Amino acid sequence: MGDIFVIAEHRNGEIRDITFEMLKKAGVLAQDLSCNVTAVLLAGSEPFSERLSKWADRVLVFEDERIKTYDSDLYTGILAALVKEQEPFLTLMGHTSWGMDYAPALAAKTGYPLATDATDVLLEDGQPQVIRQMYSGKLFSRVSFNPSPGYMITVRPGAFQVDTAGEKEGEVVVQALPEDLQSPRREFLEFEDTAAGDVDITQADLLVSVGRGVGEADNIETVQELADLLGGTLSCSRPVVDKNWLPKYHQVGTSGKSVKPKVYLALGISGAFQHVAGITGADCVIAVNKDKKAPIFRVADYGIADDLFAVVEALKAKAKSA
Amino acid sequence: MNIIVCVKRVPLTQEVDLEVDDSGKKIKEDALAYVINDWDNYAIEAAVQLQENLGGEVTAVTIGNEDDEEVLRRALAMGADRAIRIDPGDLVLDGYLNARILAKTIVDLAYDLILTRVQSEDHNTGMVGIMLAEQLGLAHAAVTNGIEPEEGTVKVRVELEGGIDEVSHVQLPALLTIQTGINEPRYVSIMGIRKAKKKELKVMSLDDLGFTPNDLTPQTRIEEVFLPPETEGAEMIEGNPAEMAEAIIRIMGEKGVTV
Repeated sequence: MGDIFVIAEHRNGEIRDITFEMLKKAGVLAQDLSCNVTAVLLAGSEPFSERLSKWADRVLVFEDERIKTYDSDLYTGILAALVKEQEPFLTLMGHTSWGMDYAPALAAKTGYPLATDATDVLLEDGQPQVIRQMYSGKLFSRVSFNPSPGYMITVRPGAFQVDTAGEKEGEVVVQALPEDLQSPRREFLEFEDTAAGDVDITQADLLVSVGRGVGEADNIETVQELADLLGGTLSCSRPVVDKNWLPKYHQVGTSGKSVKPKVYLALGISGAFQHVAGITGADCVIAVNKDKKAPIFRVADYGIADDLFAVVEALKAKAKSA
Repeated sequence: MNIIVCVKRVPLTQEVDLEVDDSGKKIKEDALAYVINDWDNYAIEAAVQLQENLGGEVTAVTIGNEDDEEVLRRALAMGADRAIRIDPGDLVLDGYLNARILAKTIVDLAYDLILTRVQSEDHNTGMVGIMLAEQLGLAHAAVTNGIEPEEGTVKVRVELEGGIDEVSHVQLPALLTIQTGINEPRYVSIMGIRKAKKKELKVMSLDDLGFTPNDLTPQTRIEEVFLPPETEGAEMIEGNPAEMAEAIIRIMGEKGVTV
């Protein structure tokens, strides 16, 4: 049987957490399948391989200054050649912006089937199946693959917990880059921090946070007033920034900021996983949403299935009389 | 600049209780309202803005039945020049098949840029655009939240995790998957949609594209769908607004946040 491959993800000199989350899960699956875990690293000359070797039976390293930072064409080309040569049974990649950029291309190039954004990977008669969410978390599905020599899966960040230390001592093997690589058609220029701004939501004890349910731009003001009355800081979910109702430095979630308030008051936020991933550090989440089936209620400590404005007005009255 | 934009109609599921149908493999869809996929609004707007600045034609493409033409008419009303609907008949499609059908539809069209959504609101796979790019042999960028055309290239911003954008040059022809928030999609009036009925809307079958049924085996299958377990989750606070507010203030106090 082929190995389980885990494609490492790193940025700015750091291995991203998703890499270890995938390696952890790969280790569990490899035990059931009696196969090996191979970590695959494409990097410049950063010293990542030793950390990866704690979690893998083998680390395959491709070193080249052109892949110091992620590159679409080089990742797809290098990995496709490697997959064709080694025929891994399972290839795990992050369901991250970069994973979403190369995993479908790699699947198309190799012909291996791909399932994306897995929250769990199961084995059914030795064949992988994937649990994933649809309709922004309102429905779960179990997905099977058409029989193939190997399978590809992108894994949702945060789906697997890394609660132990890696105990393997995998061999590090430096690989030569394939010779017939497509020259890159995308040229990296720079990273830019778009979340810096006047308000620092990461330091607040109380975040009063608004989502799509706030309805329109003019309604933001009343929530800002509530935040001020309660001594909290105003934050928001992605749709509010997409619609230009608030600047990006208010945004909580994967593409915004991760926060760790004592209390997170979520008003009209449905709870897409990209948002929820940003509030795992909150001590207490109180959610108000008209939709009693909104996914936010699955992660909140307390929930109110009601009109957010009724609750906001009542809270303002209470705060004023306090 | 000639641009192709791929669009899709999806059920509106916010504030709706979903029910699993008898097959156990999908939801009951009949009672749902349908809308354009949120990401596609932004992709169409991006295409139309580029065309307004640089000239060229915008072609909107969808895979779907006659009812799905609604999203093509919307794209035409926003400024697309023509539209193509590929009718898949009864075929059950996965991301791979969607990409293959789109590739065969687009391969002979003249284009500099293809814009697709990052993902659809229904299946949330986020794979069709980039698979399509690979099948057409195109440079690509996923999760694009900024596009500036330059000579022979586009300067794109890609949204990474943690509030970081990656800025890069992508050679044309290219495919970009478009993230929400990249622009402000224009308002479409009923009148605008009516006027757009004069524009060309071509319908093609899988047969027209040269597919035979044996060509179109999905790579993945949904074995079952199920609603999230009801047992886990928040302790619900009941009562009138004043009582709810009081409960919130009390919980805040317990957590060390005093008003």
